[in-house]
Amino acid sequence: MKLLTHNMLSCHIKGVKNGYPFKIDPVKIEEMDADYDPDFLRHIYPRLEWPALREAAQVMGEPNLPEEVTESMLQNDEEFLRHFHHALLELILEEGALVCPETGRRFPVHKGVPNLLLHEDEV
Amino acid sequence: MQGIQPFSRPKVALEQYPTGAEIASRMLFTVDSVYTEFEGRTVIDLGCGTGMLSIGAALLGSAHCLALDIDEDALETAQSNVSGFEGLPVDFVRCDVGALGMQSRLRADTVIMNPPFGTRRKGADMDFLRAAFQVSCGAVYSLHKSSTRAHIQRTAEKELRAASSEVLAQLRFDLPASYAFHRDKVKDIEVDLWRFTVS
Repeated sequence: MKLLTHNMLSCHIKGVKNGYPFKIDPVKIEEMDADYDPDFLRHIYPRLEWPALREAAQVMGEPNLPEEVTESMLQNDEEFLRHFHHALLELILEEGALVCPETGRRFPVHKGVPNLLLHEDEV
Repeated sequence: MQGIQPFSRPKVALEQYPTGAEIASRMLFTVDSVYTEFEGRTVIDLGCGTGMLSIGAALLGSAHCLALDIDEDALETAQSNVSGFEGLPVDFVRCDVGALGMQSRLRADTVIMNPPFGTRRKGADMDFLRAAFQVSCGAVYSLHKSSTRAHIQRTAEKELRAASSEVLAQLRFDLPASYAFHRDKVKDIEVDLWRFTVS
């Protein structure tokens, strides 16, 4: 699971109000090379929850994302864009869990795939 | 890949598609030759099955393709298929497409799917369509039985408030007798390749 995916997922147990973002409990992290495309980063940025990405990236071993992102950074700060790209698309949570911030419910991540299926009493 | 043609509107062009692999790749190339809704975009594949459409979308340049399925075996097969190519940006999540209503942040530029036709569980195709409209920021591409065309159009326009809905092509889906409910060895199903845009 990449952090772009993580950025879009919430805990959807019935009655949970603050199920976003999942805390990441990493057991095994992998890295893969992804095509670097700054246009894509600029395209996707407005849809991201930046603090969630930044926090997840720290847990996953990319501590270089800034707290604030400015338009000029998105346009031409190559170093920033490289870190952004790496955090968003190249860090993979291979084994571990996604933990609901409200209930503590753990959704296991196995072989890179989070299992978000709910138990009967959670629907 | 003979006979691939861009099906610009309006409506139905006829071609025959003998296998799932072909129908999937031709579906994507048909779309890609007319619209630019994969390259540099995010894609969600609802009910990814063997990962065919996700692989296609990734090969066409999608920056991030999120493949969702409820079935563990399907996901395993899909992962294995994806790993047959090098470095495809396909991510997987195991979840129930019918439960996506609570995933308020789950979005992609383009949704692709080959949903269940709703023959085994009535309404399954409509559940997928609703989910697709919820997660798409732009376009939805989907295959549906031609016999349901009027119903699909009504649902898309009235209930889901599609900005547009059109059948790009009518395809022939040769379903091999791989399921217990198939009595014939091979069953031809006429299916529509739909393009919807969300409002």
